[in-house]
Amino acid sequence: MKTFKGRAIAPGSFTGEAVVSRQGVNTLATFQKSALKNASEVIVSDQNNPDIFGLNITGKILCLPQTIGSTTGGMVIQTICAMKINPKAFLFSEHIDSLAASGIVLAKVWENSDVIAIDQLGAEFLDAVKTGDKLQISEDGTITILG
Amino acid sequence: MKLTEEQQRILDGKEGETRAMILKTLVMFGDIFGAKRLVPVTHNQGHLVTSFGIGLLKPLYRIMERLIADGIKVKGSFTVDPRPVDEENVKYSLLDKLVLKKIMYSQQAGYEEQLKAVGLKDDNAFSCASYLDEVGNKPKLGDVLSWAESSAVVFANSVLGARCNRNSGMLDLFGSIMGLVPEFGLLTDEGRKATYVIKVNTTKIPEAQILGSAIGMKVVEEVPYVIGLDKFLGDELNETVIGYLKDFGAATASNGAVGLYHIEGLTPEAKAQGKSLIAKDAKEYIIDDAELARVYESYPNMWKKPDAAPALCFVGCPHLTFTQLKDWTIKVSEGLKAEKRKKVAVDTVFCAGPDVVEKFKKDESYKALKAAGIRLTSICPLMYTNNPLSHRKAIATNSNKLRTYSLARYYKDAKMLNIITGKEEK
Repeated sequence: MKTFKGRAIAPGSFTGEAVVSRQGVNTLATFQKSALKNASEVIVSDQNNPDIFGLNITGKILCLPQTIGSTTGGMVIQTICAMKINPKAFLFSEHIDSLAASGIVLAKVWENSDVIAIDQLGAEFLDAVKTGDKLQISEDGTITILG
Repeated sequence: MKLTEEQQRILDGKEGETRAMILKTLVMFGDIFGAKRLVPVTHNQGHLVTSFGIGLLKPLYRIMERLIADGIKVKGSFTVDPRPVDEENVKYSLLDKLVLKKIMYSQQAGYEEQLKAVGLKDDNAFSCASYLDEVGNKPKLGDVLSWAESSAVVFANSVLGARCNRNSGMLDLFGSIMGLVPEFGLLTDEGRKATYVIKVNTTKIPEAQILGSAIGMKVVEEVPYVIGLDKFLGDELNETVIGYLKDFGAATASNGAVGLYHIEGLTPEAKAQGKSLIAKDAKEYIIDDAELARVYESYPNMWKKPDAAPALCFVGCPHLTFTQLKDWTIKVSEGLKAEKRKKVAVDTVFCAGPDVVEKFKKDESYKALKAAGIRLTSICPLMYTNNPLSHRKAIATNSNKLRTYSLARYYKDAKMLNIITGKEEK
């Protein structure tokens, strides 16, 4: 069992399944289709991200370096949290980017979301974790890969 | 973060729950980036990125409704990015119209009413190049801003010497309402130091869009200090240079995430502080003709039929300056004459802000634009290409930003002109 310690931006405890994007996640491209369709879950619609394209990430633990793309990104994260179809947790290997940070803050303050966000987990975290792994998230930002 | 008594009072809800939530959002956001305090926004005009009533952003419309119900407005006024659709001046099929108006941007009319209610400058305020004199949202050196729209932020920081972080939509509006933004990053002297030195060693003036792209891809979100460009651009921020830096900056911000650049001998902070702006241990990137060619050749051709002939040309992302609009019109006009053509060879759309378009319509070259059959609009070409139906079209552009965010193919200015005037057919 490997453990990693990050900074808990939006703390929480949760055990669930990892979905891993080794490249930056384009927020709008990832969530647009599901949000437009008013879907009950997010099937990733970003064709330029082969790591997660086509996967269902609702209720999962999304592991990523940062988010990229349009400055609507923050509002898109807020929207999927309002629709309650968001990944349960966002685990960033790097410092959270300003667009994702806006999204998490908007979701917490305006949507009362229980979304979890941990950042600065380090490149080793992203190297170690694989899609399908079972992860345990603790309140203090510790992540354990249960395998 | 340390708050003043007044800020704490607002956070405690003494001015209502909505204002408390707005301030809480700014404080939490600032805390994530280690901001120690909130500082006043000193330029009383905001710029918002969200100009389009895209159906999916339901929480946005809900928050706007709440602001209006509580009588909350921005402290001054704001400009906003371009409108997504212009049925009068851009050609759409019936199906395009259906998708754009009923599906993609179904909330447009209602959202524009909401924007007016919270402080939109005027009906012409829809332009990504809001800092141009014609639009009039032009901050001064040292002004603190609450803006979003990456190309506007990088221009304001670099060319005008204002101070603004690369904000997300919604945060731009909240900062303008409270007149406060968290102090970190590009708002601080330290954050404005260059951590990359770029040496431009080209034999001629580089294409602004490719130079910006090369730098953006290399430095990503760091601050570059560019040496050797003043040799081509001079030391004055005249109309031509402003157009160049607008396009250069937009490419750095979209191909990377640059929020500020310094051009030695030209941009205000570089002029005043020179090489003292360069941080210790700054990295170096040398750009010569071969490097620019490498970057240009790296752009993928994303057209459905890669060898198709261009079906639609977009010029003006970001929106054209008045001088650029005039220059392009004259160049196309002369090119058509040389080709013995009356009209453009490919459906061509020039994009500029409504105030710039109004001024241009009074200029003598407007007649030449009409005669050439060029469409003139104030929409955002990115929002045009967001429509999935457009993915089948072979769209050509001289904008590196549009190339990055769509399936449009990038062409250098000279080649673009040839396509528009039909010179390429021979």
